[in-house]
Amino acid sequence: MFLKFSLRSVFNGAGGGNDIQWCFSQVKGAVDDDVAEADIISTVEFNHSGELLATGDKGGRVVIFQQEQENKIQSHSRGEYNVYSTFQSHEPEFDYLKSLEIEEKINKIRWLPQKNAAQFLLSTNDKTIKLWKISERDKRPEGYNLKEEDGRYRDPTTVTTLRVPVFRPMDLMVEASPRRIFANAHTYHINSISINSDYETYLSADDLRINLWHLEITDRSFNIVDIKPANMEELTEVITAAEFHPNSCNTFVYSSSKGTIRLCDMRASALCDRHSKLFEEPEDPSNRSFFSEIISSISDVKFSHSGRYMMTRDYLSVKIWDLNMENRPVETYQVHEYLRSKLCSLYENDCIFDKFECCWNGSDSVVMTGSYNNFFRMFDRNTKRDITLEASRENNKPRTVLKPRKVCASGKRKKDEISVDSLDFNKKILHTAWHPKENIIAVATTNNLYIFQDKVN
Amino acid sequence: MAGAAGPGTGPGAAGGDGDDSLYPIAVLIDELRNEDVQLRLNSIKKLSTIALALGVERTRTELLPFLTDTIYDEDEVLLALAEQLGNFTGLVGGPDFAHCLLPPLESLATVEETVVRDKAVESLRQISQEHTSVALEAHFVPLVKRLASGDWFTSRTSACGLFSVCYPRASNAVKAEIRQHFRSLCSDDTPMVRRAAASKLGEFAKVLELDSVKSEIVPLFTNLASDEQDSVRLLAVEACVSIAQLLSQEDLEALVMPILRQAAEDKSWRVRYMVADKFSELQKAVGPKITQNDLIPAFQNLLKDCEAEVRAAAAHKVKELCENLPIEGRETIIMNQILPYIKELVSDTNQHVKSALASVIMGLSTILGKENTIEHLLPLFLAQLKDECPEVRLNIISNLDCVNEVIGIRQLSQSLLPAIVELAEDAKWRVRLAIIEYMPLLAGQLGVEFFDEKLNSLCMAWLVDHVYAIREAATNNLMKLVQKFGTEWAQNTIVPKVLVMANDPNYLHRMTTLFCINALSEACGQEITTKQMLPIVLKMAGDQVANVRFNVAKSLQKIGPILDTDALQEEVKPVLQKLGQDEDMDVKYFAQEAMSVVAQRLRKLDLPVKDSDEPSAPGADKNHFLRPRGPGEDAGKVSRDRAARVASEAAVEAAQLGVGTQPRSGPAYQLCVNPRETLAHLEIVGLVHFSQSRD
Repeated sequence: MFLKFSLRSVFNGAGGGNDIQWCFSQVKGAVDDDVAEADIISTVEFNHSGELLATGDKGGRVVIFQQEQENKIQSHSRGEYNVYSTFQSHEPEFDYLKSLEIEEKINKIRWLPQKNAAQFLLSTNDKTIKLWKISERDKRPEGYNLKEEDGRYRDPTTVTTLRVPVFRPMDLMVEASPRRIFANAHTYHINSISINSDYETYLSADDLRINLWHLEITDRSFNIVDIKPANMEELTEVITAAEFHPNSCNTFVYSSSKGTIRLCDMRASALCDRHSKLFEEPEDPSNRSFFSEIISSISDVKFSHSGRYMMTRDYLSVKIWDLNMENRPVETYQVHEYLRSKLCSLYENDCIFDKFECCWNGSDSVVMTGSYNNFFRMFDRNTKRDITLEASRENNKPRTVLKPRKVCASGKRKKDEISVDSLDFNKKILHTAWHPKENIIAVATTNNLYIFQDKVN
Repeated sequence: MAGAAGPGTGPGAAGGDGDDSLYPIAVLIDELRNEDVQLRLNSIKKLSTIALALGVERTRTELLPFLTDTIYDEDEVLLALAEQLGNFTGLVGGPDFAHCLLPPLESLATVEETVVRDKAVESLRQISQEHTSVALEAHFVPLVKRLASGDWFTSRTSACGLFSVCYPRASNAVKAEIRQHFRSLCSDDTPMVRRAAASKLGEFAKVLELDSVKSEIVPLFTNLASDEQDSVRLLAVEACVSIAQLLSQEDLEALVMPILRQAAEDKSWRVRYMVADKFSELQKAVGPKITQNDLIPAFQNLLKDCEAEVRAAAAHKVKELCENLPIEGRETIIMNQILPYIKELVSDTNQHVKSALASVIMGLSTILGKENTIEHLLPLFLAQLKDECPEVRLNIISNLDCVNEVIGIRQLSQSLLPAIVELAEDAKWRVRLAIIEYMPLLAGQLGVEFFDEKLNSLCMAWLVDHVYAIREAATNNLMKLVQKFGTEWAQNTIVPKVLVMANDPNYLHRMTTLFCINALSEACGQEITTKQMLPIVLKMAGDQVANVRFNVAKSLQKIGPILDTDALQEEVKPVLQKLGQDEDMDVKYFAQEAMSVVAQRLRKLDLPVKDSDEPSAPGADKNHFLRPRGPGEDAGKVSRDRAARVASEAAVEAAQLGVGTQPRSGPAYQLCVNPRETLAHLEIVGLVHFSQSRD
């Protein structure tokens, strides 16, 4: 308890002198550079308590890690997560009617608020959402009347009394079982799922539509947003992400490829085609270029835990919006401004279309997002300090403090600085997650999952 | 009992000195943990048998502890278990031991599946009645408290449903505790729990003392009705109904009405929808005076709500609302305060609203009487009959009987006809299907003359529709019409037209003749069938398309029972025999099958049947399916299946597109319309081949 308290004071402290020092905790995944396509991590998500961490990959698998319990008091192993359960969530499929292959890649994972001893999560690929139950079993029944435990049959003539099976303790077993399959509701690719704070509905968004589901009903969903024009040639924007407000069950937002965010109120009407708020920053004419529209496309939108703010990520920046102010963000952080001069080559190698995600820390005071060269960035909203860190296997001894990195945009390169031209654009950090209560972060490089934690003295 | 015989590898069940009566029970118990869900489910459903065999003592000490731990099982097993335990009191030793059932039900009341939890709560409620007062306080109330203060919201939601059953029988001190627990659940952090509490609020209020209702329930109700989540607020509307029934008019006005008024104007359309949806219940609960002062204006607002879902829900309630008004002054209220709004809704922009209104508006005519109906409602009916949305028109047409009683249908018939014709020719086949289904009803109300003049041609046109489902429905429709108008009418108007189609160049239409004959023969009776239909059927036996020929065989089988024996012996049998020698194997098969049925009938009538006449349709012999198959045969079946699947798709497509071209020569099954029938049939054909080749 003391630990948590002290962390919070670090976050909220006005003085920036005691910034968090991040240190290495663990790395998961294969060491060799030869990356199998199926092993590429496609989503990372902590559950609501932070005790479990789920990753999804392009091979349709979900791996769940559990925070080490026994040594939780010892601060250094707080950030240790071990495999808890692994299961195949989605399989490759083929849509015979449309002659389309459906990838098994897990696009998103969302944990449900815990409702009993078991844990539940939603996982989705491009078309189908599944509800999984992850539960523990530590007892098994023993005792048959007509056969031995090993399956050999007894002579029924020896059965003179009835025997009721008894549950006996056994080694802990973790089971993942599919509970519901929500299919056939999306014509386009699902990019987001988000669980409502009413605990009984969730939304799923594809490029043009958002559907509302009841968690217990699989055979129907309600279409709440549809931006498909009557004539597809008139299509000018697509939905890129959508999320429910964390505690107001009637509010959700969706972002678009044009850089706008629409907030809808489900109380106003059953169909939310008309938004109640539109968040948009006027374009700076001096920065206008051929790539303006592409780089303004929003790749992720996340409400703060408090529900007062939301954060959006576009190609070059992270913006924090106050829900009460629509005309401009309250904060804007440049993630890798040095790439502005490189947009042409990033367009040619398709990197400009990379979808970086972003996340809040538990107290909403720091935000984190990824970049190239296995760099990831954090921005402290109070001190306005930012830091660039690298997820790498060098210095991977536990409790090694991560050295801040600096990219040199132009001119003379100082010692310890990296030149823009030497950045590796194949190494990108798209998915990151922050423990909801502690300073523990999970950062996914291509096929490795890094876990870092703050250094506690 | 599927598993009673035991797995094949086990030793025989019979024989030995063991207690024979134990064996089936032993199997049942073992199957409680079988890997096959179906077997587990089967065992759980026979739980009472197991418990009887074990006796009350062992049921309590061994079976129930085992069941308490089986919560890992599949939902359907848990659901069955929760249900069984509700009736288990006798099996554990009667009311004195009813509390032994609480542990398994308690764990079932916390599982994640709502259906299982609800069933567990239902069983707990049942068992609570069997507890003695002492046991109730010693065991049941503590259980409710445990659930109510459980860590997970699943247990707290389950608790909400248990308060009302234990409250009436508890002592005063315990009652206070129960109320306290309920209060805290009403302000739970989790919306799921607040929702559960809100939905049980009314039920709980009913068992409370009136003072407590006013002092405790009303404040809770007020809080829930102004909850920050609209999903909670909307449930408070339901509670409103029960609470209103408990209070005096004065208290009602002071305590409940402000909240109800607020709900009817809630910012969230879902809450307003709920008010509209529960309107009749609310109306009955608050009584006529408040209805008139408060609910009618609220209803007017709901009818012109900005959200179509709300308008539609309100429109659905128009008739019930009007019916429930006190008879005195009813007409005036409806005419002055409701009807103007209804008139607006007739031209609503949303088709769901219009069709909701159309489904009830006709009911107003009985309430308002002839003159008002003609003057005020008729124009609305007529407008709706011309609505662009087919569903609206269909809803009006399907409720014609209400108007018929009041003003007679003639008033409408001029507008009715174009509406019907338009629906009958709608581009969507489902709309055509819907109107066909109303035809017998319409025919009954409009009378035979009007029908012959205006609608008969439509009914005949449907027979050659390019969608099979429409042709099929049209066939059934004819049968119902004949039942309504009688055989003479059939003979004069329907039968000749149907029979003419037998010469149609399109084989699908020729088949329709056969299908009509199948449907009509019974309604038309022996004479018409023998004299008019049979000759046509027999003539069609020479059709060049195999599909027509085997349908002739099927038709003959179908109408056989109606014909007299002479016709069967003299006319049907030779034709079937000829078809039995057909070059097409499908035709051959159905001819043989028909033959066996006809022969059976002849034999029953004690007519001599020669041995050689005995049909040998192998398909009739069920055992053929059980025969082991040779490998070559299997291969044959696979390829046939595949051909059939492709073929049947083509056939369905052809049927829908109305492709009337003559079939190419080839296997007859390519033209089968019903794919399922084809598949089953092909299997049989394969078997026929086998037996022949062995000969």
